[in-house]
Amino acid sequence: MITCLGDALYPQVGVAAVKVMEALGVEVDFPPSQVCCGQPAFNSGYREEARAAARAYLKAFAVSEHVVSISGSCAAMVRRHYPVLFEGLTEEAEARALAARTWEFSQFLTDVMDVTELPVRHKARVTFHHSCHTRRLLGVVEQPERLLGMVEGLEYVPLPRAEECCGFGGTFAVKMPVISSSLVDDKVDHVLETGADELLGLDMSCLMNIGGRLSRRGAGVRVRHLAEVLAEGWGR
Amino acid sequence: MRRRSRPPAADTPRARFDAVARATVADRPLHEWLDNYQAVQQGWHRWAHDDLGDAEEWRDAVAAVRRHTLAHLDRYLAEFAANVERAGGHVFFAADAEEAREYVADVARRKGVRRVVKAKSMVSEEIGLDAALAATGAEVTETDLGAYIAQLAGERPYHITGPAVHMRLPRIREILSRAAGEDLPEEPDALAASARRTLRDRFLTADLGVSGANFGVASTGTVVLVTNEGNGRMTTTLPPTHVVVMGMERLVPDWRSLEPLLVMLPRAGTGERLTTYVSAITGPRREGDADGPEELHVVIVDNGRSRILGTKYQAVLQCIRCGSCADFCPVYRTMGGHAYDSVYTGPIGAVLAPLLDGSEGREHLPFASTLCGACDDACPARVPLSDLLLELRADVVAGPSPDANAAPSTVPASGSGSSSAAEPRWWALGFKGFAAVATRRRLWDAALCVASGLRPILRSARGCDPGRCAASRLEPGASGRSRLLRAPGVVRAWTDARDLPLPAPASFARLWRRRPRAGSPASSSPARRGR
Repeated sequence: MITCLGDALYPQVGVAAVKVMEALGVEVDFPPSQVCCGQPAFNSGYREEARAAARAYLKAFAVSEHVVSISGSCAAMVRRHYPVLFEGLTEEAEARALAARTWEFSQFLTDVMDVTELPVRHKARVTFHHSCHTRRLLGVVEQPERLLGMVEGLEYVPLPRAEECCGFGGTFAVKMPVISSSLVDDKVDHVLETGADELLGLDMSCLMNIGGRLSRRGAGVRVRHLAEVLAEGWGR
Repeated sequence: MRRRSRPPAADTPRARFDAVARATVADRPLHEWLDNYQAVQQGWHRWAHDDLGDAEEWRDAVAAVRRHTLAHLDRYLAEFAANVERAGGHVFFAADAEEAREYVADVARRKGVRRVVKAKSMVSEEIGLDAALAATGAEVTETDLGAYIAQLAGERPYHITGPAVHMRLPRIREILSRAAGEDLPEEPDALAASARRTLRDRFLTADLGVSGANFGVASTGTVVLVTNEGNGRMTTTLPPTHVVVMGMERLVPDWRSLEPLLVMLPRAGTGERLTTYVSAITGPRREGDADGPEELHVVIVDNGRSRILGTKYQAVLQCIRCGSCADFCPVYRTMGGHAYDSVYTGPIGAVLAPLLDGSEGREHLPFASTLCGACDDACPARVPLSDLLLELRADVVAGPSPDANAAPSTVPASGSGSSSAAEPRWWALGFKGFAAVATRRRLWDAALCVASGLRPILRSARGCDPGRCAASRLEPGASGRSRLLRAPGVVRAWTDARDLPLPAPASFARLWRRRPRAGSPASSSPARRGR
């Protein structure tokens, strides 16, 4: 699951995730008909439009054994909201089945692949943003931290008030920009407090928000997906 | 300052909302104050939950009691009312705010009431009771310190359990000094003492006490009050007449089922094990009682609640009014409690205000959330706030429902199908386009192709030269950045504060098609086939 954002704006994240999974011996496929899980429409109240997008997803991943998403909130959309979206409809069973085999990237590595060590070196002072949907809807909290702990040379500095939202919220960011901008400013303050060289995460939408504000404020913090760091430092 | 001129912003609810949010964001000392209040409150909340050890089980127990009560509300209401009357109290079922106001005003007139003391009650705020009592000629005094300060300031409660949580010491000193007619020092103890002197006099001379009810115990007809300041006891024992105003959903079946609620309300609301006072009031004063009112009236208020019962929104009635959803909500902290323009603030307000007060003019409230779920985690009664917000959003977009039961009080602002004040038509069009693209990979590929071709133009519009506009903090509304293009609407809403990422030169799908394949399953390639 490359997600619409990952496809259009951050293809390097998908490439990195594929590289890591293939290095772990996973046979990776990219069903080409996938576009978007429907989350933007669903969260904005457009149920019919969300269902249309979701139907295309059900079709795209019909034969996949596991579906790995490079975005926590898109995985949460499938896991948490697809069963609701198709409740009482003919696709309900299919939606539930897809929900059960859909994983966020770090969750897949730890909970499915049982990764306990990684041949990865990455020398940097790093902090990490736990995206809300990854944390609260998927319950993925310590998995990414476990993976970070496997990386040699990496110094991990926890983000203060890590459980707080960055203010993105999908269309919220442009429907209520004043509130959203103030929230991301708070988040950026906390990122800068850590003195980290890099901010890592599992969801490019939140990272697009925090990164966009960081660069606007002229901060030199690098913002990347965890998969990028794992791929880059693999086998070094 | 440099915002593009728009048609004159009418005094619409949405315009007021924006103005309050903007002002709260711009007020840095207030921002820091609210930030600190939340940090402190969250700390106590966590302490009180860790202290329990098995807080999640207690939350389950609270939710179970609330769900059970709501499922059998008719039965428990009848039982509660019969037991209140058996104990010598009067019960009045008010269908709406007006009936409730009229009943209480009537009691006040009949008893020749001149002074009313009130213990903090959200329902009395909801129904606008103060004004109705004032219209009878009575003087009404709030006796909860925060509510008293808010009343003196002429403000709506900022927070469900902390009506004046936004006010800092200098302002409180000013307000209380004016009320006391003397220049009070800027010391919390002295200010509280002054308020206490004034309030003591009001308690002793009041003819009528008005309180809410945290819970009503059906099996005995008992009203339970959970308070910290002692004003609740004064209000319900000193005046000769006591009127309880309560929402019809406040009931619990019996004392056993009250336990989890009494355990969790203070822990969630104020982060303490127990409040200073837990009062249980069964009927008026009996012979031999040392104190208590001669007359007790219990006004049970519907005012939209029965319309919610039996719908997909029923879970909102599980709320026990602790206010912890607001304590954890980053959006509440950022836009401030007055942005809700309702008695009910925070995430619960964003759900409850449109449902109780009617959605007209409040369509924007369910959208005032990032759906981060912090409120869901904080709620002791497991009200699924994020899910309810999502349902409300879907109702706003769908417009008025022909089936009034499916979506209570969802009324369109403009009456023109799905385009309401909060939902401009172009969003609807945008999502139609979204659905078309999301279901057709070729269309999406074409769009990405166009987007990557626009990179040079977008590059100039995306953001600013960091050196020239690296404001260390955000100035709302200011967009002093150098750019060739003035980005339109939605994009500008983003780029006012943030740089926009550029579309990738090649999408992931394109990279995937180009990758050397080593025995991996052949991916069908429409682009190549096209050539």
